[in-house]
Amino acid sequence: MSALIELKNIYKIYHMGDAEVHALDGINLKIEKGEFVAIVGQSGSGKSTAMNIIGCLDVPTSGTYHLNGVDVSTMKDDDQAEIRNKMLGFIFQQYNLLPRLNVMENVELSLLYAGVGAEERHKKAMDALRRVGLETKAKNMPNQLSGGQQQRVSIARALAGDPSVILADEPTGALDSRTSREVLSFLQELNQEGNTIVLITHDNSIAVKAQRIVRLQDGKIIYDGSASAPEAVVQPVEAGERDGA
Amino acid sequence: MGIGQSFRLAIDSLMSSKVRALLTMLGIIIGVAAVIIITGLGSGMQRMMNDEFDKMGANLIQVQIMGRGAGGSRTVDTDDMYALIERYPEYLSGVTPYIATRGVLRNGTKEFKRTQIYGVSEDYAQLASAFGDTLKEGRFLQYLDVVRKQNVCVIGAYVNKKAFDENGLGKEITISGTHYTVVGVLAPSGEVIEGGGNDVVYIPYTNACTMNGTAETDFFMFTSAGEDTAATGKKIIGDYLHSVYLSDEYYYIMTSAEMITMMNTMISVMMTVLVAIAAISLLVGGIGIMNIMLVSVSERTREIGIRKSLGAKRRDIRWQFVIEAGTTSAVGGVLGILLGALCTTAASPLLSSVMSNMGGTGSFDAAPTFAAVAISFGVSVGIGVFFGYLPANKAAKLNPIDALRYE
Repeated sequence: MSALIELKNIYKIYHMGDAEVHALDGINLKIEKGEFVAIVGQSGSGKSTAMNIIGCLDVPTSGTYHLNGVDVSTMKDDDQAEIRNKMLGFIFQQYNLLPRLNVMENVELSLLYAGVGAEERHKKAMDALRRVGLETKAKNMPNQLSGGQQQRVSIARALAGDPSVILADEPTGALDSRTSREVLSFLQELNQEGNTIVLITHDNSIAVKAQRIVRLQDGKIIYDGSASAPEAVVQPVEAGERDGA
Repeated sequence: MGIGQSFRLAIDSLMSSKVRALLTMLGIIIGVAAVIIITGLGSGMQRMMNDEFDKMGANLIQVQIMGRGAGGSRTVDTDDMYALIERYPEYLSGVTPYIATRGVLRNGTKEFKRTQIYGVSEDYAQLASAFGDTLKEGRFLQYLDVVRKQNVCVIGAYVNKKAFDENGLGKEITISGTHYTVVGVLAPSGEVIEGGGNDVVYIPYTNACTMNGTAETDFFMFTSAGEDTAATGKKIIGDYLHSVYLSDEYYYIMTSAEMITMMNTMISVMMTVLVAIAAISLLVGGIGIMNIMLVSVSERTREIGIRKSLGAKRRDIRWQFVIEAGTTSAVGGVLGILLGALCTTAASPLLSSVMSNMGGTGSFDAAPTFAAVAISFGVSVGIGVFFGYLPANKAAKLNPIDALRYE
């Protein structure tokens, strides 16, 4: 059986004036069902581009991307939307809840776009809210909740559609350390329940909560292995600076 | 998908910025209100006209003579017209000349400059009620009055009131220096004011001809034997006049049915022109909506990005914004309808009194028409959807990554 996520020779090249920028420079990556992978890198390493491609928000310049066995690398806008809707759940740094909708409606959104009927939508959204412990806040507006609670709502939103992959883009970036720990342990819990989680972060201390770390630098993978191995957390150093380190 | 939510969001965003929403909708409101008012007043006018013509009955035929014909000397006189009636009694029942004179009415030192003085025959009695003229007291002009050129007259309610303090029957009045005896007084119809329908005097047409210094009459009013014989009556008169003038350029015949049609056509044309002008405001309103929707799309770029990341397709986003634009203009349309209905209802009694001041006898009652309300609501929704489509499409085509990163 093929991997859940399979990136083959992915390039993403931007043209900035005359210059070519290789945001992703030949990435090969397989992620199996049930894994908890952290994609780590500093800004400019290409991790955001990788996240966009894995999240079907963007298509690679070349290379193929199979998600659940389906080639999604050449899909059109609306087909990608369908894939995002059915297979992916996003958790963003800024929560990205819609301020004019209440908690319940926010969680229901992806189900709404999937065409799920009102009754089932309510039930699934309520289940998701129960899992993050916010079933009592269903009628609240997002701005009535704390940052940690809002992030849990966004996790519930990601869970509601029962996606194959949960993509978390710097999920603790806007939270204090205690809430961050809560959110991370919740992600670990979800992983133990069998969910596949891809976490994108620049922070090693967060990345080590995953099972596996994929480190990107200049659009290339420079480490791919267990999160508990010592090399996983070694900060990459520019070639010229290595002697001094 | 999520249409209910789109409606709710649209109402939400209208409510959250009421001033902006009102300004956006202003063009639509004014346009729709104008359409409602114009059509309301127009159809009120039409109704009033039709009422008046109804009263007049469909058996009136007006004949206007406009010259002496190709031969230069051929002409018709009142006797020729009477001959027609005698020949075709089953189609035509009466005829009267209707001669406006320029005589001046006096009673002692009181002068009535605006009083209309008409010369008519005894058959005018048949037509009188059609014009709202019913006798209050005395009698109408009679055959002998006409052939003998008797100096007798029938006066309107205004003259009776102003010249004789409601007590004119049997008294004398001066028309261009000649004394006339009042043999009949008409009951008031409509408002009794100077220059109105009650400020009128009827004298024998033979006297009127003398007064005008002409032997000929150029305006006749026929009555047909029945309403359904009016058209045949018109043909009979037309055939006769054509045989005299050898051309149809020198006379003009119109039945009351034709008059109604003509009036209705005129009012319809007028209404169409005015509505077309009002429609410009709707167009401007539509552009206003497009403008505000473009602003709304860029303000909510992030929202669009989030929705797309959750699986919203282009058509979902397009729908959302089209519904929002449609709702905005629909609300504008409803407000416009309310405003228009209010104005129409308020203007109705005002115009009604103006109309009767001008001598109208029918009652004027303007009300917004159902068709105008339905159509202008439909049109305003249509405008919102039409002008909302471009911004909505712009939103639908946004790249989800750019939209998500948008601050």
